[in-house]
Amino acid sequence: MERFTTLTSRTVVLPAANIDTDQIIPARFLTTTTRAGLGKRLFADWRYDEHGVPRAQFALNQPAAAGCRILVAGRNFGCGSSREHAAWALIDHGFRAVISTEFADIFANNALKNGLLPVIVEEATAAWLIAHPGAALAIDVARRTFALPDGTTVSFPLEAFARHRLLEGVDELGFLLAHASQIDAYERRA
Amino acid sequence: MARTPQTLFEKVWQRHEVCAESAATPAVLYIDLHLVHEVTSPQAFALLSKRGLPVRRPERTLATMDHSTPTTTAQVFGGAPITIDAAARQVRELEENCARFGVELLGLRHGQRGIVHVIGPELGLTQPGKTIVCGDSHTSTHGALGALAFGIGSTEVAHVLATQCLLQRKPRTLAVKVEGTLAAGVSAKDLILAIIGRLGVSGGTGHVIEYRGDTIAALGMEERMTVCNMSIEAGARAGMIAPDETTFAYLRGRPRAPTAEAWERALEEWRQLPGDPGARFDREIDIEAGAVEPMITYGTNPGMVMPIGGHIPQRPGDPAFARALEYMGLNAGEPIKDQPVNVVFIGSCTNARLSDLRTAAAVLRGRRIARGLTMLVVPGSQQVKRAAEAEGLDRVFLDAGAEWRESGCSMCLGMNGDVVGRGQYAISTSNRNFEGRQGAGARTLLASPLTAAASAVRGRVTDPRELT
Repeated sequence: MERFTTLTSRTVVLPAANIDTDQIIPARFLTTTTRAGLGKRLFADWRYDEHGVPRAQFALNQPAAAGCRILVAGRNFGCGSSREHAAWALIDHGFRAVISTEFADIFANNALKNGLLPVIVEEATAAWLIAHPGAALAIDVARRTFALPDGTTVSFPLEAFARHRLLEGVDELGFLLAHASQIDAYERRA
Repeated sequence: MARTPQTLFEKVWQRHEVCAESAATPAVLYIDLHLVHEVTSPQAFALLSKRGLPVRRPERTLATMDHSTPTTTAQVFGGAPITIDAAARQVRELEENCARFGVELLGLRHGQRGIVHVIGPELGLTQPGKTIVCGDSHTSTHGALGALAFGIGSTEVAHVLATQCLLQRKPRTLAVKVEGTLAAGVSAKDLILAIIGRLGVSGGTGHVIEYRGDTIAALGMEERMTVCNMSIEAGARAGMIAPDETTFAYLRGRPRAPTAEAWERALEEWRQLPGDPGARFDREIDIEAGAVEPMITYGTNPGMVMPIGGHIPQRPGDPAFARALEYMGLNAGEPIKDQPVNVVFIGSCTNARLSDLRTAAAVLRGRRIARGLTMLVVPGSQQVKRAAEAEGLDRVFLDAGAEWRESGCSMCLGMNGDVVGRGQYAISTSNRNFEGRQGAGARTLLASPLTAAASAVRGRVTDPRELT
């Protein structure tokens, strides 16, 4: 996995709470057998009308959203299905971090496995970010902080091993494979 | 010195630690059973191929196909091509991957194929005390038998294929204690919908739920599966129920359950699994079963749920709530009863087992579904289908005007072309009412098989207790 140490970007805001993975990537696009190209299906039913025409008012379709790598979303982002396609679609679109007050467990796991950083913030910070789309933020993974435009520093929790993996680009499968002798021993005694 | 009392979850977790967690690293957790399906596995097998890795324990891995597979008999058995090319490709790719990696596959025409969470218990593969994973969030279903079972993403599918292990932080525990008797017309589906309404869609995040209490102990095995199935809709990774005589009676004699001496040994082990007296949970909530009514959802997540006779709540100043009702075409403060419906779906890993089909058929026997309504009955597995046909349930559904299909996930997520039309209302026995879940623009009302069948007769949302 690529190393992830810092990220500086403006934000795109989707204020809705409980954005589920069926919204992030509708099931009818899961018939793919690869990870590639899902970005164009990201939020498909919110981004495009029934004729495939982009809805101008949707945040991701606005000119200011171009090139933004940080998504700010309402609480409980990524609930529902375990489809890793949700993380793949966000990354393929260009996102490297999502900020919310709360993430669904499986989504957060899937995101971190692919180098997409779930950033958990307090209600007040989330409210400020939601009210200020396009805010320029600088995320520092090592310090587990990000800087708001006025210079205020916000801390966020990040599990120690996930942080280590992001910073060092650790391959998790390689890490597990290195436990082969312990796994063998477990299988012998189980 | 006395051992610290442990919960069911803690016992299963501890017995599967290859390496315990530390501040720096998660636990390495051993997985006893890995269930694989066509939608979330291709990328995982591709990762193994790329790195030249074999499947470590093929005998602990079982594949089937359910999500994108057709449900019409012509496409499954009649030689007609699968109409969706990409779905046909996924089916082929799973066949190829299983052949190449030596994984057993219950393929499209296999008599034991079905929804992955229906066939695990049905075959007797799902057993108390096991760790079970699958690239599907409704893997929580298997916890009904006292297993620790949870959904994973495709990268983790690759990890389990290659190492039979996962890196996991230990979740917290939540006890949901249910006491009392469910009233007539109130089912396990209504109970879990009421629990989700109470917890909210993220109330269980970071937790494994254990359902306890005399109401849970009185539930049959298939009802327990319905309850555990929807744990994820409250945000919980897993739901578990302590194994008891009901569990053992269900498992005895199943094709892949232990036999003879192995059965006796297993039974002895399984009896040790229920939580010790005095074991502590991180959180506990109590639910009074007698107060639960038939439930139905009105919004765009399973937490937006109400008693069927009630009024849609009002939440002025909540734009997300207003948006959900706008999508649903429903108004705050109004009753939901008598709302016309276009489609009724009896199916999914939540409610497509034999007992669910019997319940729905009992309502429809001697009746017709409403004019203009489409009703799809999709058994959870080919074995459920045959068992239902042996009892004549297929005739009941067909005579009532419903369609009787081959097994699969079908209209629960509409991947295979079984979809609800834009703007149409569907009463569905499935588990998710998200926007577009059953088809772009579809409006889903989640309910029990009893409520769904009663509503099919009237073509309107119907309290099953009022259908005479």
